[in-house]
Amino acid sequence: MGETRKIALTVNGKRYEEEVEVRVTLADFVRHQLGLTGTHLGCEHGVCGACTILIDGLSARSCLMLAVQADGHELLTVEGIAPSAEELHPLQQAFHEHHGLQCGFCTPGMLTTLLEFLRDNPDPTDQEVRIALSGNLCRCTGYQNIVTATLDAAKRMRGAGAQSA
Amino acid sequence: MRPEAETAREEMKPPPFRYHDPRTVSETVGLLASLENAKLLAGGQSLMPMLNFRFVQPDHIIDLNRVEGLSYIRATGGMLEIGAMTRQRDLEFSDVVRARWPIMHEALLQVGHRQTRNRGTIGGSLCHLDPAAELVSLAAGYDATVTVAGPNGERELPFAEFPVAYMTPAIEPNELVTAVRFPQWSEKHAYAFIEFSRRHGDFAITSAAALLEADGAGRITRASVTIGGMGTAPSRAREVEQAITGQAPSLELFRDACESCRKLDAIDDVHAPASYRQHLAAVLSRRALEKAHARLTDAQAGRPH
Repeated sequence: MGETRKIALTVNGKRYEEEVEVRVTLADFVRHQLGLTGTHLGCEHGVCGACTILIDGLSARSCLMLAVQADGHELLTVEGIAPSAEELHPLQQAFHEHHGLQCGFCTPGMLTTLLEFLRDNPDPTDQEVRIALSGNLCRCTGYQNIVTATLDAAKRMRGAGAQSA
Repeated sequence: MRPEAETAREEMKPPPFRYHDPRTVSETVGLLASLENAKLLAGGQSLMPMLNFRFVQPDHIIDLNRVEGLSYIRATGGMLEIGAMTRQRDLEFSDVVRARWPIMHEALLQVGHRQTRNRGTIGGSLCHLDPAAELVSLAAGYDATVTVAGPNGERELPFAEFPVAYMTPAIEPNELVTAVRFPQWSEKHAYAFIEFSRRHGDFAITSAAALLEADGAGRITRASVTIGGMGTAPSRAREVEQAITGQAPSLELFRDACESCRKLDAIDDVHAPASYRQHLAAVLSRRALEKAHARLTDAQAGRPH
């Protein structure tokens, strides 16, 4: 085992203190050391977007960060998106209803990417959704249903926001 | 040790290295001076893939992400100064950049994707020096000034002297880039950044960046045209600039002037043959000038663009 460091971070609201090897990527750390295997690894060089997670609310490719760099930060992975074990997030619900996934490999990265996007842009156009997803590859759907699901989720989330406000 | 950690070791891609996370520029310079085979880690959007592939095998990684005072955007006296660790995202969302260096905003929307711009830094882009990188093209187009820190303090170098070879900046192993300055063009200047890539967010196969200023009569008084993705680094199309400066803009003028781009040196690789890039350079530079000129006309008529 090479050089290690102790890091403290919050993942999906839960606090972790872990000893990590300094060369381990954040993606491998999240999957193998924390056991959160919802984050998927496709290409491991920053092309496919499957490993996207939110760091302090901003999307990043976890294969392009070292675990040590997450020290002191707050992470959100796909496991932390749903409000409870019984209930899906409106974005997940829309993916389910509109067939926004087939094999599901790219879905964790799609959801995290879109969560940030819809927060910053709650009423996007079809074209804006497509640009937002340009860094996430899907080999099953042809993207059409992902775009449809996203636009529907945006509508539901705007409705929910208006109700609570 | 938990069993998952055993798996983690098999899953590891980057080669072994020692990790350093200095807090100051002087500490960083000290590390660079004392360590052999060290690599600086900025936003990691190019270095991390290279580590995952083991294209690079540094003995030491010096992480700049916790160095204080390297992330800022300052616009003073007609000059935009950007700290080397400023994220591409921060530039994209900067109001002052959008208002006074609008081509930077336009170019940034074509730099990778949201996920990579959230991490990628301007200093990292400049030092990685990819021939097709948008921010590198802008540094060439604006004649930016790069600030470099080393054991003897700071030095400044004009961007024209920054690239020394393919993906090789003119910085010594014991130096780091700390900032870059972009001069402002007149309030009524016009601009356009156009690139051709296979998919949105991919590196450009070829790009063109144009800046224009005109006098009251509409005659071009100043022009900057930069072609990216052609040679070993983005470079100015001087022949085009000279051909259009002092002239009244017209589609014929732009078309004829941009033909000279077909003579520029171009790389031949898996993405496109040299002749294709030369063709793109002529077409994209013409389109960039046409778009910039349309904006110039709008600005002079007081129409927003």
